[in-house]
Amino acid sequence: MKDHDQGRGRSGFSRREFLKGSSAAAAATALSVGPAVARAEEKGTKLVGPGATSLTLNVNGKDHQVQVEPRMTLLEVLRYQLKLTGAKPVATDGSCGAATVIVDGKPISAATTLALDCKGKKIQTVESLGGPEPDQVVKAFAKADAQQCGFCTPGFVVAVRAFLDKHPNATKEEIRQGLNGNLCRCGTYYDVIEAALECVKGGS
Amino acid sequence: MANIDWPKQGTASVLGTSPDRLDAIAKASGAAKYTYDIVPDKMLLARVLGCPLAHCKVKSIDVAPALKVPGVVAAEPMKNAGDEVLWEGDILAIVAGETEGAVAEGLKAIKLDLEPLEFYVDDANLEAAEKADRTRPAGRNVRTPDDVDDEDEYFEKLFKECERDGVVIEAEYGVNVITHMCLEPHGSTCVWEGDKLIVYHSTQNVSGTAPQFASPLGVAASDVTVICDYIGGGFGSKFQADEWSVAAARLAKSTGRPVKLMLDRATELKTAGNRPSGFIKVKVGADKNGVVKVWDSHHWGTNGPAGAPVSQAVIPYVFDPPNRRRVVTSISTNTGPARAWRAPNHPQGCAMSQTAYDDIARALGIDSYDVFLRNLPSVTNDKAEVYADQMKIAAKLMDWKAKWHPHGKGPERDGVVSGLGMAIHTWGGAAHNSSCTIKVHPDGGVEAILGSQDLGTGTRTVIAMVVAETLGLPVDAVKVSIGSSKYPASGPSGGSTTVGGVSESTRRGATAALNMLLAKVAPKLGVDADQLQAKNGRIEVIGNPSKSVSWKEACSLLGMNPIEAQGNFQRGQSENSLSSSGAAGVQMAEVEVDRETGVVRIKKFVAVQDMGLIINRKLATSQIHGSVIMGIAYALFEERIMDNKTGKFLNAELSDYKLPRLGDVGEVVVELYEPESEYNRGVVGLGEPPVIAPGAAISNAVCNALGVRVPVLPLTPARVLAALGKG
Repeated sequence: MKDHDQGRGRSGFSRREFLKGSSAAAAATALSVGPAVARAEEKGTKLVGPGATSLTLNVNGKDHQVQVEPRMTLLEVLRYQLKLTGAKPVATDGSCGAATVIVDGKPISAATTLALDCKGKKIQTVESLGGPEPDQVVKAFAKADAQQCGFCTPGFVVAVRAFLDKHPNATKEEIRQGLNGNLCRCGTYYDVIEAALECVKGGS
Repeated sequence: MANIDWPKQGTASVLGTSPDRLDAIAKASGAAKYTYDIVPDKMLLARVLGCPLAHCKVKSIDVAPALKVPGVVAAEPMKNAGDEVLWEGDILAIVAGETEGAVAEGLKAIKLDLEPLEFYVDDANLEAAEKADRTRPAGRNVRTPDDVDDEDEYFEKLFKECERDGVVIEAEYGVNVITHMCLEPHGSTCVWEGDKLIVYHSTQNVSGTAPQFASPLGVAASDVTVICDYIGGGFGSKFQADEWSVAAARLAKSTGRPVKLMLDRATELKTAGNRPSGFIKVKVGADKNGVVKVWDSHHWGTNGPAGAPVSQAVIPYVFDPPNRRRVVTSISTNTGPARAWRAPNHPQGCAMSQTAYDDIARALGIDSYDVFLRNLPSVTNDKAEVYADQMKIAAKLMDWKAKWHPHGKGPERDGVVSGLGMAIHTWGGAAHNSSCTIKVHPDGGVEAILGSQDLGTGTRTVIAMVVAETLGLPVDAVKVSIGSSKYPASGPSGGSTTVGGVSESTRRGATAALNMLLAKVAPKLGVDADQLQAKNGRIEVIGNPSKSVSWKEACSLLGMNPIEAQGNFQRGQSENSLSSSGAAGVQMAEVEVDRETGVVRIKKFVAVQDMGLIINRKLATSQIHGSVIMGIAYALFEERIMDNKTGKFLNAELSDYKLPRLGDVGEVVVELYEPESEYNRGVVGLGEPPVIAPGAAISNAVCNALGVRVPVLPLTPARVLAALGKG
């Protein structure tokens, strides 16, 4: 179900140009001004980085001013600048789903998405599913006790929410097939399936 | 006067029910703050540099280049010139900076001069380890009748008898090293307030860790506060302060800014603990009914540089035949040191020996269930009857008799064969020492305060339920504070000791508080305090409930000051124990194995488990679901893969370290075994027992399906195909 879009930002930022001519992996940490930058300048593109630049991120319906280096992940900005710590750093390569957030309606890993690529997009974190009137998925996780240590749980909650938004009448088998992007160590899978099914039955 | 004994089975109002965990919404909505989530103003991020070599001598560690990186604020070597480093990933230096990127760059800039030394990492290969001089004897234990002079001759005679009248098998089994893989890695967020240190620490040991920070930092333990509201997994690996967290506190002091140091995933897996491996060669003799008469084994394995393998005491596991010889060899490897891993020794012991019991059944062509049943008289604990009863229940839930076929004799459909396997386990789980404070406020509010922690078992919820039961209140009327070293001390959460410990202290404290309140209410109702009880939110006269006051009205009689009562439980010293020890469980697995691909699927898993008196049925069920799934993980998926040629841990990332996903878990059926005899034992710990047997149960099921044994866990497709001769 994961629809990873990171690295294909459509924000219009010059970072894509900046990366042209060098490998993405090298450029993500490169600080020196090299040939790629020179080529970008020739085209008259506005350059960003390597230092921090000001950026507006729309998170949970609100605009936030943040200071972002080109190499900063969305996860780092959410957690340390906006103090939205629901999305968790577990794997750096997005293989665990703990940092799942919804960007323009799609679940993505905030750990492998650059903050700059989220300009102009609507970012939804697990915190938007909490509050005094929690989302049905949050309540279903409580009822099914689909959590133990709970460190993977926010990522799972977001993934289940996004999955059910797309598949509101999912069957148990579809749930078993569709939520394999998230990892739990305590072994809550059985109860996560119950929680997701509860939402289907409840007419999500 | 209320007394502390638990209510009789069937009469409790809160115990044994299934309220949601108190912090369920906070956890599920991301509001719960873990150590990783604490973000004080002006905080620096820190990371450590792991050693790239498996064995080396440090010549120099130069952090000066790191300090020149923009955004890096502090850096320190954590080893000195001349130090010997014994495994890849041991920590060489720490860097703190403004952003993740700056710190990563800083770590890269550190200049290392390391002198490579000879290394050894192959723990499965006893012969190679001997050749490399990495072995040492780690125990030899023999039991024979007293009059036996020549041990070898005696064992030989027994095996001959078994060969003649029953069966003898010779086999090898094993289970590889696995890691804890706590999703929240080890680490801390350290904040100094003047000379006082606050450490937000990801720990299983809130009350016991402050001194470990204080001593190396040269401050008084009383000036250190350890806080852990939530912990993202521990599984036995998080009892210590750890050198990296102490270093973070040091950098916080020197920079005058809060410092957060959490281990990166690779370092976490390489250096912050793992579960020792175990490999065994065994010869077993049994009579024609499958009753084991003689056991002769040699096992080996590693826990890292020290070498200490799985204890001989768990071989064979739970079963204890009349004649046995068990020899153990330790293998020292250049791999990260082991730490306690959920039920230390037991899962490996079970996987290395109850597989042999199943192979006895296979060799004799009889039902494994019958072999396990017939060997119950030899169990090491006093639970033979409990196991027999649990086996009956488990077999019914699994529909064992209808599904059973002799090993390798089941029908094959499209290359897929199915099989059944079982295993049994045991654990102690006695309550740990615990103290608590109970406050009852004049406005009716109730608080329970303990220096305990919640690993995911639901500690807060258990405490609230015990208070609610004692005071006749609903669970949500109780406010629970845990997670600070400044609260009354409670034991570390390890060995399934927490629910027992906090129940003991909380029940005592709440009962003492209630008795103080009853003394205030008695004159108002014109009776003696011992004629009163707390029930349904009221204080009422026993036998005359119409004569009563509401809880709130009762508390209003307190005047200005709250009641404050202490509850203390000390192992072996406290009378009227509300807890006990000794758990038993039976597990059965049904698998499907694809003979073409080697893929094993769990179709159904049954777990029958005792735990004495059950406080919260929903949380208890969750624990067992989780244990079974963690068991499926080490049975089928996870293992540390070391490269013998480079000494490197090859799969130290989540994308390479295979764990089960949601779709890999079949049907899990849990039976909470709580006859009156169990309930009357009081609380017995549950965290470890159900994680012990899945390895053996699943291995046995795969063997039953295929008719051949896949000897080493995890049972990966490659190992299954190799066992089928298709490797």
